[in-house]
Amino acid sequence: MRSWVRFAAGGLVVLLLAALAARWLANDYLFFAAFVVLQFVVLATAWNILGGYGGYVNFGTGAFVATGAYAAVALQKLADLPLPLLVLAGTAAGAVLGSALGLLTLRLRGIYFAIATLAITIILETVVLNWDYVGGARGITLDRPHEDPFFGTYNRMLVVLMAGMAVVAVGIARWVGVSAFGRALSAIRDSEDAAEACGVPTLRRKVQAATLSGAMMGAAGAPLPLYLSFVDHTAAFGLNYAVSAMAMPMIGGTGHWIGPVIGAVLLGTAQQAVTVTISSEVNVLITGLLLIGFVVAAPRGILGWLGR
Amino acid sequence: MTAVLEVTGVVKRFGGFTALSEVSISVGAGERLGIIGPNGSGKTTLMNVIAGRIRPDAGGVRFEGRDIGALPAWRRARIGIARSFQIPLPFGSMSVLDNLRVPLEQGGEADPPGRAAALLEDFGLFPRAAARAGDLSQVELRKLELARAVAGNPRLLISDEAMAGLSGSEIDEVLELLLRLNARGIAVVMIEHMMRAIMRFSGRVVCIEAGRIIAEGPPDAVVADPGVRRAYLGA
Ligand SMILES: Nc1ncnc2c1ncn2[C@@H]1O[C@H](COP(=O)(O)OP(=O)(O)O)[C@@H](O)[C@H]1O
Ligand SMILES: [Mg+2]
Repeated sequence: MRSWVRFAAGGLVVLLLAALAARWLANDYLFFAAFVVLQFVVLATAWNILGGYGGYVNFGTGAFVATGAYAAVALQKLADLPLPLLVLAGTAAGAVLGSALGLLTLRLRGIYFAIATLAITIILETVVLNWDYVGGARGITLDRPHEDPFFGTYNRMLVVLMAGMAVVAVGIARWVGVSAFGRALSAIRDSEDAAEACGVPTLRRKVQAATLSGAMMGAAGAPLPLYLSFVDHTAAFGLNYAVSAMAMPMIGGTGHWIGPVIGAVLLGTAQQAVTVTISSEVNVLITGLLLIGFVVAAPRGILGWLGR
Repeated sequence: MTAVLEVTGVVKRFGGFTALSEVSISVGAGERLGIIGPNGSGKTTLMNVIAGRIRPDAGGVRFEGRDIGALPAWRRARIGIARSFQIPLPFGSMSVLDNLRVPLEQGGEADPPGRAAALLEDFGLFPRAAARAGDLSQVELRKLELARAVAGNPRLLISDEAMAGLSGSEIDEVLELLLRLNARGIAVVMIEHMMRAIMRFSGRVVCIEAGRIIAEGPPDAVVADPGVRRAYLGA
């Protein structure tokens, strides 16, 4: 309980800093970088619930981000719903995709789920390419406010929102890590047969983990089109999401909630630096190289290195 | 003696190969049943059918009078069928203590960490509570498997070659554990090659060969059976 109080206090400090920065800092590029890094904190944390705790590798983070993003786009265009409802819609859409994918494939073990997540990315991207209402291949420009009464610009408000989502996501992962649910997932990762023999309803737990993870990814996707005020399939389905959301926990360490946070902050910041100094194309390459380096040299990530 | 487990006419084929043909077996409440048979004769397959890890092609399984043929493995575990695995399957990345918390939490135990610690004490594993289960020695792994299996207070425990690969004194330790668990009222099905252990442990012995039961009865009688000697003891 005491540690939860400390965690909540830490979360509040992060939020307060984000809010203060949003009000007083001038550099807009920094905000974009912060938005991206915070989004990665949510995505890496979400990925780790199924991939790190449960041992089921998801190559489809892009599909989940896109599902959240396009759910927001469609609803914004359809009914001009307020932001919280758009985020809620993205969350729900991600959850539905996660549970559907889970129910269809998690009966099978190991690699099938990973392949299905790749396939779903391709399928959904094709759907979006042919769905004119949300812009099809051209992409779509969103009509959204540019000012915010408190933070100055709408985008700065979105950065604070993403900071809030990051705190909530990490809190969820932290809870999973110490809960019976989390231990059941770890048991599944270590031996699915032994988990069943211990009374763990493995399929149900896996689907729940996929749903939770998908919901968090969908939530993180919803503010994306609003931030960019434009979205197309390349922005949402980008390979970078899939690779980074997997690389960040593996680099930070998958066994503990702080691992994905460390990975997301380090790698996310490095990626932003590379984007400014070299080019965004180099990002995926660098991420891939780092991932290989860690898998070979420090398979338990930075946390494993530190002896955690 | 009331039967805790009744298996009737179980058939299991893997492709064209029949691993079990019409096997029927029953286990009394609190009984000590030894199962012997050559490698590949279908002992583990039969236990997998009982525990729900694999589905038979024909036949039925009743536990405490109830048809459990349709229940998944995790439900059978929760209603009182426990098993250890021939090749130990620890939750290797988790601590020894957390390995026990898993079944305790699934069973709705009020104080999983406390109960887990008590179990470890009971099984002589308490000093290893914080160790990674993947780092345990062979005999510790066997004990952990048994402790984890009985954490949920089962009425039936299936021990699948828990003594394989252990030294003489370690075999005695595991045998003592199984006897103690049985003394608490748990029916124990012990699959074992170690004849000394089988003779000491079993109230009744079943011998399986090529997917069929070829002998059944008191240990002395089964071991003396000419068919058993031919099939199994190589004499
Ligand atoms: N999943 C499986 N697929 C195909 N064949 C199997 C499978 N499981 C067991 N078998 C075969 O069934 C036979 C019985 O195996 P098993 O029950 O493990 O024997 P035992 O435990 O008595 O040594 C063996 O010939 C084995 O190769
Ligand atoms: Mg066997």
